Amino acid sequence: MEKQISRRNFLIKSLKITGLTIAVSITPSGYKLLNASEKKEQALKSFKPNAWFEITPDNAVTVTIGNSEMGQGVLTALPMIIADELGADWDQVKIVQGPALAAFKNPLIKLQITVASASVRGFYAPLRNAAAAGRAMLIQAAAQTWNVPENACEAVTGAVRNKKSGSKLTYGQLCLKAATLQIPKTPPLKKKSQLRYMGKTMPRVDIPDKVSGKAVFGYDVEMPDLHYAILARPPAYGAKSLSYDDKAAMKIKGVKKIVPTPDWIAVCADSFYAALEGRDALNAKWGKGVLPGMDNVVIEKSLMADLDKPGAKVRQEGDVKASLAQAKKKLEATYYVPYVAHATMEPMNCTAHFQKDRCEIWAPTQSQTVAQIVGSKVSGLKPENVHINTTLLGCGLGRRANPDFVAQAVIVSKALGKPVKLVWTREQDFKYDFFRAATSHRIESGIDGQGNLTGWSHKVVTPSILKYIAPQAVKGGIDFYCLWGLADYPGSPHDNNTAYQYPNYYLDFVISELPPPVAPWRSVQNAPNAFVVESFMDEMAHLAGKDPLAFRLALLKGNMRATRVLETVAKKAGWGKKMPKGRGLGIAQHYCFGSYVAQVADVSVKKDGSIKVNRVDVAVDCGPVVNPGPLEAQMEGGIIMGLSTALKEEVKFANGGVATENYEDYDLLRMSEVPEIKVHIIDSDEKIGGIGEPGVPPAAPAAANAVFAATGARLRTIPMTPERVLKALLKG
Amino acid sequence: MISLNVNGKTYKLDVPSDMPLLWAIRDNLKLTGTKYACGIGECGSCTVHVDGKAVRSCGVSVEDVLGKKITTIEGIPENNPVKKAWVDEQVVQCGYCQPGVIMQVSAELSSGSDPHKVIDSLDDVICRCGSHPRIKKGIKTAAKMMRKEG
Repeated sequence: MEKQISRRNFLIKSLKITGLTIAVSITPSGYKLLNASEKKEQALKSFKPNAWFEITPDNAVTVTIGNSEMGQGVLTALPMIIADELGADWDQVKIVQGPALAAFKNPLIKLQITVASASVRGFYAPLRNAAAAGRAMLIQAAAQTWNVPENACEAVTGAVRNKKSGSKLTYGQLCLKAATLQIPKTPPLKKKSQLRYMGKTMPRVDIPDKVSGKAVFGYDVEMPDLHYAILARPPAYGAKSLSYDDKAAMKIKGVKKIVPTPDWIAVCADSFYAALEGRDALNAKWGKGVLPGMDNVVIEKSLMADLDKPGAKVRQEGDVKASLAQAKKKLEATYYVPYVAHATMEPMNCTAHFQKDRCEIWAPTQSQTVAQIVGSKVSGLKPENVHINTTLLGCGLGRRANPDFVAQAVIVSKALGKPVKLVWTREQDFKYDFFRAATSHRIESGIDGQGNLTGWSHKVVTPSILKYIAPQAVKGGIDFYCLWGLADYPGSPHDNNTAYQYPNYYLDFVISELPPPVAPWRSVQNAPNAFVVESFMDEMAHLAGKDPLAFRLALLKGNMRATRVLETVAKKAGWGKKMPKGRGLGIAQHYCFGSYVAQVADVSVKKDGSIKVNRVDVAVDCGPVVNPGPLEAQMEGGIIMGLSTALKEEVKFANGGVATENYEDYDLLRMSEVPEIKVHIIDSDEKIGGIGEPGVPPAAPAAANAVFAATGARLRTIPMTPERVLKALLKG
Repeated sequence: MISLNVNGKTYKLDVPSDMPLLWAIRDNLKLTGTKYACGIGECGSCTVHVDGKAVRSCGVSVEDVLGKKITTIEGIPENNPVKKAWVDEQVVQCGYCQPGVIMQVSAELSSGSDPHKVIDSLDDVICRCGSHPRIKKGIKTAAKMMRKEG
């Protein structure tokens, strides 16, 4: 394991490598380029560069990435942007996983964090500009060397070519001279037709090691004298420790120490198995929780009852009351979406080595900034002495932006005085998840004499997500994370407002105080909110006697991108074609994180109430595409995850805590249940959007709408289990 | 002392005889390509070969495999058709469950199973990323490569 270096040393090291280093600095007005090579250390320290690459005389282009790789392909996509705009040869690019550094903070979020589908959409412009500046300087260096005008030179795959003589100088040969030049303020970017990598599928750089078995995830971190820690934790929320038998635990061979804290008791041992046996021997007893009777029935009742509480006004356009009073036809409905778990394949874990004046952390974290802050807080060390080494992540899904597992590892390592790998079991990963928030909705809407939607009044109840992340961001009873897809906060960089133009609209919100902790879960509440809106939109279309596609398009007038994805997916899926009995097509669209996605699901419903999704077509407009292969994979994965929640996923609660134990009682979509998926990427030069999450939201409502088309049964709750489908069929 | 034959080498380990094979492979032999994800044989991330057959290493003890030939993901050559197909088809997303999937698929294809049968058998593995469509492609590509190799 390479030793971590402090930021200051990192910069000094960069300077000592004689070559061209370009750093990008975020300023309030945008970004500035700075030639790190020509600046003194003092000057550099006053900048906060956000990404860089380095060209060295050995002709290597080293790209350092601060984002976390969780299968989305960020370690390939960001270097592709740099290599392409720089004119480097992909074969000369070396990719390094960076430490926690202000330099790697996402320009949109101001944290080093891999969330909100923000990596490419945040770094696309800064990296292109930084790389374009590098290319311009290398050309200038060549022109000076040959004593010819710059326009007599051109960049060609890792070299500058003299157009007249045909001679070439490699970037490695030119880098030292380029390092002495001034950075151009507005370097020309390549035209789309000049791009060599972006827009074409490049194999992901992380895949070979993942196939060979060499890839190092957090759970795989190894070092001399490494100890393992497994926690004993309460089964119910807020339960306190009553007793535990540390003597019995210490008797287990290999158990070294018991570390009790007010919230948990850690058993440290020299192997995972000994720690697990020690944890069981500890026989920890706990009191009752804060809501001892809480189970799924209590939760659903509570969220439904909260719909009758007065809500905080989030959005108001026009006069909804009047529009509903004048409506020819009206419909009111309530919807419910339960808590679902992240269920990342790699359970939470973190390795920490607390030493006198520093703490080294190896973590599968989505946020290096948050991990460093929390590591500093619990260790008592300054943040700059807490060094974050990011491993590969066995799924992220939003769960790993939470630093709970990092804090636990640091506390235990400090108590033990040795490097500790703190590991969660699968059971703990379910029990102590921060779930996707359960939510209840009530909507009332009306139709005029021509079948047009007149108004839409919408109330949402959700436990607060921001309470666990940034409680100060909950203002006036409004938590926008809970409302994404319906409304977004002013100045949000995430573009999570609805795409629909409602003639009259009212949205209000109630925070539920239920105890299960919640967190962003791939697309945050965009997915549950899209399930509700897109299902109810379908209900209104049918009430109006209109085609669900045409009904949506009427509310998206002037929105070219939303219209285009809907029309594209409808055409590709054969929208409107006659379907056999028991089989139907459902359509849904959703806009989030700057990308437009529409899906058509082809679904069969059997007599026993079971649903088979046969095929899903998806059209996506995320603006410029960097790596199309992983974009398709993200759409596939997002749809499968969305369908998994639509058909199967629901966390079970009992006795004030989580009853779900393992995958055997929390089933995910399986191979034979996965539909054929056809991805249609829109060729778009519009503003760049994200791809990690936007595939999820339309999947559940497209399937639910297809179930209605197939059977006439309207499911207002997911998962659409056979029992629920049969019940809805009886009603229908 | 327990004696284990893993990837062609014999190891002597001082571990409890009832310890799951998974932990001997990961913590004692430091072969971390074999993953822990559920511990109850539900997901398949810990699959290894025992005498050529796919076995979930969390569900067998070290005692159960005495004298048997164990192969982990690290013991499968890089030019193995399944490994090659997995790279060619860019099957992997996060990759955590994939060593187990590769081990199950390679055992079944080697025993002559039809690719469609292999796909059906994967109903008993769990992948959270949703790499299923590409796993299907990977299996078909690997089967083609194996047919060519004869």
